[in-house]
Amino acid sequence: MNLFNKKHSVLPGFGLGLGYTLFWLCLIVLLPLLALVLKSSELGWQGFWETVSTDRVIASLKLSFGASLVAALINALFGFLVAWVLVRYSFPGKRFVDALVDLPFALPTAVAGIALTTLYAPNGWFGQYLEPLGIKVAFTPIGIMVALTFIGLPFVVRTVQPVLQDLEAELEEAATCLGANRWQIFQRVIFPATLPALLTGFTLALARATGEFGSVIFIAGNIPMVSEITPLLIIGKLEQYDYLGATAIAVVMLMISFVMLLLINGIQWWAGRRHGIR
Amino acid sequence: MSIDIRNVRKTFGDFIALENINLDIASGELLALLGPSGCGKTTLLRIIAGLETPDSGQILFHGEDATDRHVSERQVGFVFQHYALFRHMTVFDNVAFGLSVRPRRSRPSKEEIRERVMKLLKLVQLDWLADAYPAQLSGGQRQRIALARSLAVEPRVLLLDEPFGALDAKVRKDLRRWLRRLHDEMHITSVFVTHDQEEALEVSDRVVVMNHGRIEQAGRPDEIYETPATPFVTQFLGDVNLFHGRVDAGQVAIGDYAHPIADPSATDGAAKVYVRPHDIELSREPGAALASGTIEHIHAVGPIVRVELKRDDSDTYIDAALTKEQYQSLRLMLGDQVYIRPRKVAVFVDEGAHI
Repeated sequence: MNLFNKKHSVLPGFGLGLGYTLFWLCLIVLLPLLALVLKSSELGWQGFWETVSTDRVIASLKLSFGASLVAALINALFGFLVAWVLVRYSFPGKRFVDALVDLPFALPTAVAGIALTTLYAPNGWFGQYLEPLGIKVAFTPIGIMVALTFIGLPFVVRTVQPVLQDLEAELEEAATCLGANRWQIFQRVIFPATLPALLTGFTLALARATGEFGSVIFIAGNIPMVSEITPLLIIGKLEQYDYLGATAIAVVMLMISFVMLLLINGIQWWAGRRHGIR
Repeated sequence: MSIDIRNVRKTFGDFIALENINLDIASGELLALLGPSGCGKTTLLRIIAGLETPDSGQILFHGEDATDRHVSERQVGFVFQHYALFRHMTVFDNVAFGLSVRPRRSRPSKEEIRERVMKLLKLVQLDWLADAYPAQLSGGQRQRIALARSLAVEPRVLLLDEPFGALDAKVRKDLRRWLRRLHDEMHITSVFVTHDQEEALEVSDRVVVMNHGRIEQAGRPDEIYETPATPFVTQFLGDVNLFHGRVDAGQVAIGDYAHPIADPSATDGAAKVYVRPHDIELSREPGAALASGTIEHIHAVGPIVRVELKRDDSDTYIDAALTKEQYQSLRLMLGDQVYIRPRKVAVFVDEGAHI
């Protein structure tokens, strides 16, 4: 926190800037969350625990965060590859492919969900070939992962791409002169340099996936204990006018998300420190 | 290790970067490739390193053809203008990189690596920064680390691409002296690229002046400076005054003035005459003069007094650098008319150079 130590900053309005930032964060982010926590506290500790510790809620939480994590990991891997190809190679139609990457951003998630369901349903284009192999995608956790992977891809590509682009060719040349082979150059020079960006992309994809609703409900099938995600459970409670139950589950989700993001931020801080950015 | 460059040619599209380059670099030599930007000096360096491949021609290392040898097998150390340090590694890890990527069979043990890296860091006088990251270093320190990193693999050739180009004047001066001392200790064949003639003349054993993809002249720094072979070299090596004249019967005539030339075999014809500012004497007598002029400006700060004159017979200006004593004994004033007398001239008859 360098800013606090500097008595005289060149940039004016530090006080005002910080005040505004905090006020805005409170108004937009903290206030609704606080209301959530306060509302759920009406349940009392006992009632809260009873609501959130049912098997159905636990199963949905496991599914939501598990599937999100898997999807974000898949995206980290393949998003990196897509970014790599887009930066490193030139091929006809590259701009078109580049534009395609953003499509999951622009598409209404429900549309994505319906499209994916149509493809992967047992009688769909892909589903009809996967079904005989014993692979069920639609209406199973795998389907949820497919949907979450779809919506999370742009985050990784768009965060890694500029970093790869800015990577100086000289770094690789220097490594080659020092006798490193191509794999060593990737593993020890290029990858560590893009790791912070990859982590950011991974976090964004993960955060987006945990909150995703529209695309998932169509492909998930929403079978309790099997393919029911937490956001759907919350909606279900709301529809039964069980507001307290809904907020209680939401608070649990909130806390898990917060701890997760805090953890990743910690890793990022550590990775950033290794770059000498303090 | 000696390096022979034979008939190397390199083009980028329509642009001819190098045209028929022949150069022998002796073992243990410190050679400077000097030239303006775009003259092909960096391309030549990169071809020696193996980072570029020549369109035709050969590179011989110690008499062996190395043209098709991969960079990583050439055992060259390469130092980049912008350091190219690995940002996510400590200074220690940067220097150790070349040793740690070796295949297990030939890789030194951890302790050996540690010992060698620390020895190199001591050599570049930065052992106290082993645990720092490149972002925390100054430009000069980064370049020294980059040098240590390239020396860690015990290269047979050290190649430096504008190594001091991104540094400020003071650091630059210190570093180039330091490089010279380092080279005198290690005797590793070194080639460095620069566009700064002062740097090339001060540091190197031999200077190769390049222009438009060709070698203009190669020789010892004093040779190059005292007897430039072409008008380009003359102009590139420092401030110079140009007179247009004619060579006729062993002397060069400029307007109403004539000056004998050293080489009597010079062919007659239109000629360019170059005189460096510090080779000019000002005089109130017309004897042995090249031209006359009127003093327009006097810059008298420091040990050298710079006098700017406007020639009487044309609209061109002439710079003269006088010692303080000369200046004081002449009692020069603005507006004075004086004669310009050269101590040393370089005469190039148009088409084919002669002195």
